[in-house]
Amino acid sequence: MSRTLQAPVTVAFDYTRSVGPVLGRFLTGLREGRFVGARTSDGRVVVPPPEFDPLTHRATADFVDLPDTGTVTSWTWVSEPVAGQPFDRPFAFALVTLDGADAPILHAVDAAGPEEMSTGMRVRARWAEERAGVITDFVFEPDGSSEVSRLGTGAPRTSTTEEGDAVSGIITPVSLDYVYAASPEESAFFRGLSEGRILGQRCPKCQKVYVPPRPACPVDGVPTEGEIELSDTGTVTTFCIVNVPFQGQKIKPPYVAAYVLLDGADIAIQHLILDIPADEVRMGLRVKAVWKPREEWGTTIENISHFAPTGDPDADYETYKQHL
Amino acid sequence: MRDVAVVGFAQRQMTDYDGSPQCAELLVPLLAECYEQTGWTKKDIGFWCSGSSDYLAGRAFSFVSAIDAIGVLPPVNESHVEMDAAWALYEAWLKIQTGEVDTALVYGFGKSSAGVLRRTLALQLDPYTMTPLWPDTVSIAALQARLGIDAGLWDERAMAEVVDRSLTDAEKNEYAVRAGGSSVEDLLARPMFADPLRKHDCAPVTDGAAAIVLAAGDRAREVRDRPAWITGLGHVSDGLHLGTRDLTQSESAERAAASVGGLDGVEIAEVHAPFSHQEVILRGALGLADDVRINPSGGPLAGNPMFTGGAIRIGEAARRVWDGTADKVAGHATSGPALQQNLVCVMEAK
Repeated sequence: MSRTLQAPVTVAFDYTRSVGPVLGRFLTGLREGRFVGARTSDGRVVVPPPEFDPLTHRATADFVDLPDTGTVTSWTWVSEPVAGQPFDRPFAFALVTLDGADAPILHAVDAAGPEEMSTGMRVRARWAEERAGVITDFVFEPDGSSEVSRLGTGAPRTSTTEEGDAVSGIITPVSLDYVYAASPEESAFFRGLSEGRILGQRCPKCQKVYVPPRPACPVDGVPTEGEIELSDTGTVTTFCIVNVPFQGQKIKPPYVAAYVLLDGADIAIQHLILDIPADEVRMGLRVKAVWKPREEWGTTIENISHFAPTGDPDADYETYKQHL
Repeated sequence: MRDVAVVGFAQRQMTDYDGSPQCAELLVPLLAECYEQTGWTKKDIGFWCSGSSDYLAGRAFSFVSAIDAIGVLPPVNESHVEMDAAWALYEAWLKIQTGEVDTALVYGFGKSSAGVLRRTLALQLDPYTMTPLWPDTVSIAALQARLGIDAGLWDERAMAEVVDRSLTDAEKNEYAVRAGGSSVEDLLARPMFADPLRKHDCAPVTDGAAAIVLAAGDRAREVRDRPAWITGLGHVSDGLHLGTRDLTQSESAERAAASVGGLDGVEIAEVHAPFSHQEVILRGALGLADDVRINPSGGPLAGNPMFTGGAIRIGEAARRVWDGTADKVAGHATSGPALQQNLVCVMEAK
């Protein structure tokens, strides 16, 4: 058994930005199947066009149309492609200087193998049949081949104000996979939950009991130690009534999310308060964990379905005022 | 300018670290080592500054969880940079220069193995014309390596010599995750990974953390007989677009070295070159003389925790002043694709 609990996590979002007049012009060109570069103040033709001149810092204004043929100035072979790259089979990344340009553009070359690649080789853009005005509207191929490529499902898309207008925005889907590991102390907490136990840890210096346990005491900066089993009964220290519906919500509003200070703990945990009308929940309310059926338990706080009133008298404010 | 020195340094570099991405459990023993080296408690630290990245951890505000390790209640004077901790050191040095504090503890952490590092780092590229292609770090370095090979500035043998020397030196570094020199011939016989790079040309994906203590004047003298006094500290960035940079050079590294008055007289340099050919580029750009000993620790090719690898170079260099091995050293840090951003820290015994 691994020392810590681990689980896969995917972080995904659409990167959405407006592009402004210079990049918009370049991306609009791509949608039309042509390259738009710009001349900088030192006389160089650069593609993609920089938004501001690197020397004068003025907005780029001198645009140049370029052909879709060019020369490889550097390349590398991607033998193990990663997700999101233009191909899911081996291919080349290359710096390609388009004919008439003075600076290279980074892009992919669809070649059969590294032996087909060389510095100085001629390449030609192969345009996608359906183009969105994004950098993946084309790939390069050795001059002479001719296959038609299509946009993949993860391809970026752009927005326009009206059909046929200049590209005004870009939406790039970003999706990153992680293996998320809990700290050793958090792992012990989640393993405890799978046995119906709630485990905290004590700071050896200030004696505060943290639940869920953390690797270090935030007051003293020393490792916590001394595993402590806590009661599943506690006191509501503060709460809010959720009235707002949102995506992924599991319970119909209104309901109560509260901080529950478990007996023996110095830090409250957040959980649901049910089995009582939302408008009757109050500070000091004594509550007890309602566990799901044992066969549904895992290494998760969701083993506790919610907290419900014990029926005991409310806790005295003095007993929890230091924990608000 | 106030006299500020590096007086404490602790590090961990590991192949397989199974703790949480905010690394608090890894930082606690590192900070304890810093207290032991200085004889101080957390009350002696005037300013805290960290370097890390939420993208590496895969969760928002990961540095906020990490500050448990420094004991942040009651609130302490604290800051964070989304850069290698070497840049956090720069901020801490500036803070001491303001006169507001006399001491600072700088730390960095990164669990590079939580995600696919080659992909995660694509997010530091131009988001319109580069990130959507997901060019991986290794490919970009390989494009840079070939440009130099084609221009006759270095060859695969020169790259293998850097690797062989680094991994041989790494045998004496207890924190190295990769060590063991063989021979240049043996290295050149191994297969390509990202032509013209072989796996050993690329720094391994390393989890780890590091911490450095800075102190001004007498506070530094109370810790060490030979504090590593910072006599030059500068950082410079190149533009974002690879196409408009000469990738066979590092203009920003050259300017960073110039900003500290050059590196003449430096005996030992710890250079943050995550790819073998980048050491060749940096040797030239930093203006290091032929007799300068580079990366006696084994350097980044022996272990390169993200957001920490640069700070470790400064710590390793400082150590050589403390123990009397050298009177003048340099630590270098890089960040961004293909040596885009560079920082130079010159330290001397006085």
